[in-house]
Amino acid sequence: MLSGKPFELVCPAGALPALKAAVDNGADCVYTGFKDNTNARNFVGLNFDDAQMREGIRYAHARRAKVLLALNTYPQVDTWSRWTAAVDKAADFGIDAVILADPGLMEYARAKHPQLRLHLSVQGSATSYEAINFYREQFGIQRAVLPRVLALAQVEQVVNNTQAEIEVFGFGGLCVMVEGRCALSAYVTGESPNTAGVCSPGKAVRWEQTGQGMEARLNGMLIDRFAEGEKAGYPTLCKGRFEANDETYYALEEPTSLNSMELLPRLIEIGVKAIKIEGRQRSPAYVAQVTRVWRAAIDAALREKREFTVRDSWMAELNKVSEGNMHTLGAYYRPWK
Amino acid sequence: MKLALGPPLYYWPRQQMLDFYETIAEAPVDVVYLGETVCSRRHELRLPDWIDIAGLLAAAGKQAVLATQTLIESESDLKTLRKLAEEKAFLAEANDMGAVRLLAESRRPFVAGPFLNVYNGATLAMLARLGASRWVMPVEMSREALAGLQASRPAGLETEVFAYGRLPLAFSARCFTARHYNLQKDDCQFKCMEYPDGLLIRTREKEGFLTLNGIQTQSARVYNLIGEIGELRASGVDILRLSPQSQHTPELIDIFRARLAGEMATEEARSRLDVIGIAESCNGFWHGKPGLDQIAA
Repeated sequence: MLSGKPFELVCPAGALPALKAAVDNGADCVYTGFKDNTNARNFVGLNFDDAQMREGIRYAHARRAKVLLALNTYPQVDTWSRWTAAVDKAADFGIDAVILADPGLMEYARAKHPQLRLHLSVQGSATSYEAINFYREQFGIQRAVLPRVLALAQVEQVVNNTQAEIEVFGFGGLCVMVEGRCALSAYVTGESPNTAGVCSPGKAVRWEQTGQGMEARLNGMLIDRFAEGEKAGYPTLCKGRFEANDETYYALEEPTSLNSMELLPRLIEIGVKAIKIEGRQRSPAYVAQVTRVWRAAIDAALREKREFTVRDSWMAELNKVSEGNMHTLGAYYRPWK
Repeated sequence: MKLALGPPLYYWPRQQMLDFYETIAEAPVDVVYLGETVCSRRHELRLPDWIDIAGLLAAAGKQAVLATQTLIESESDLKTLRKLAEEKAFLAEANDMGAVRLLAESRRPFVAGPFLNVYNGATLAMLARLGASRWVMPVEMSREALAGLQASRPAGLETEVFAYGRLPLAFSARCFTARHYNLQKDDCQFKCMEYPDGLLIRTREKEGFLTLNGIQTQSARVYNLIGEIGELRASGVDILRLSPQSQHTPELIDIFRARLAGEMATEEARSRLDVIGIAESCNGFWHGKPGLDQIAA
């Protein structure tokens, strides 16, 4: 049975134009970040300064959408105050919830701003209700974002055993590793999502046309090599081709992205509270298109319940912006594992 | 400084594992972490077996610690976790916050494992308040970052650093070893048993890149802080963790023990480790560099 509770569409807002695009096209919430390493999309040209954040909040609130702020990297001792200052600013600006991964920072937020709503970031790596309930008891988190590792039945098990709302990933880039538990990028480049808010950072990438094809390197390490006419994707290090036992293949994951749209009725039915679209690094046009399609899909799923089907026209729209990328159900579909 | 042997990260046949710990009982190591921390499908040894081994090691004067599985997915994973948390005879290492919750509830001291993401004093103080008697630094943390944490370390809390072995870098829902054989995880045929030190993957230029170990991804290189013993000591580190490898683990312990006691020079220790190591060394993380870098002393 579908619950009568609202089911929220949470969309990426890398900057103000994307925020407006998401809100205008039906996002219930947008998630954002400040212009520094306090969030896990610390990319050049992305994110919000103070004035932009205030304007974004004003724009969203005027249209009944919420603004969430990702402060989901792990503060270190010498930079601790940058994160606490960001929490203070979030409370001051009227952010609707902060998305945190670090327990120390949650403790700070809870003590200093008891009215500020806390969401546990996917970077917190909480994959069971025991872990989620830990954060709820200790810091009063009201929502947890699940890492992209659980099968659908396992998601249901979590939902049934915690009072915290559960948010899951619906569409976009797919981390094949448990978020918050991956130091692969640090191993190759010295910078990882946990501490620097980046994975396979652009400054470590080098493209080189050679006799053997177009080579993509990360800090000198060959991540992939593309033959003529082959689409050359960004060298995210877990999505390259490597050799094992003399076989060359995508040893960890293909350059594919997540699309769980067909699971919408089930996700709603089992009591998941919100679905997240990945992609703060994507353009406003992308955000507009994806938000519009997912808004239509969620409204249809709420209306049609188990009769819901994914429309071909939606997929055509999504394929336009995701450049014909392969899609997968990821871990929701057990055989993927 | 004390020496610890980390939990076994690979899947070895039962008898090999039992023989291994018979040998370790005789080795000059102070703390031994036990238990299956990587994959719930591995069952050559189960919790009662690990408890037996813990008893054997305790009788030999070691501190035996039962480590929890790092990635918890299913209700059956939680069942195992609860049983471990109720095992009061031995210290436990918590490798996720669900384990912290259960151990704190039972009011038992615990080790805050390397995957809890302790990066600042506030988090460390919170874990100490909940009962942590020791914490293990995240593998990617540098000497400088550690110094900041050590300065505000709660009284009585021990610090442990991963100092030797292929680095456990990532966990996934997916089994990459099964994937290599086009098998699904639920029907993996326990292929990881064919790789007692993991399955090396290389770049298309034949450079060692990573090591597949079931759902865990490790470094190709061996993290080796034998040249940094002095700095580790100066940083107030209490315990060095060595990660078990299928061959020569007792020699590895002996070399670190001799180096710690000042009975072996760094260069000799380094060259002996090169002989028994399963891959070339790296130490970048400690120096705030990419982990795979090898920084000259």
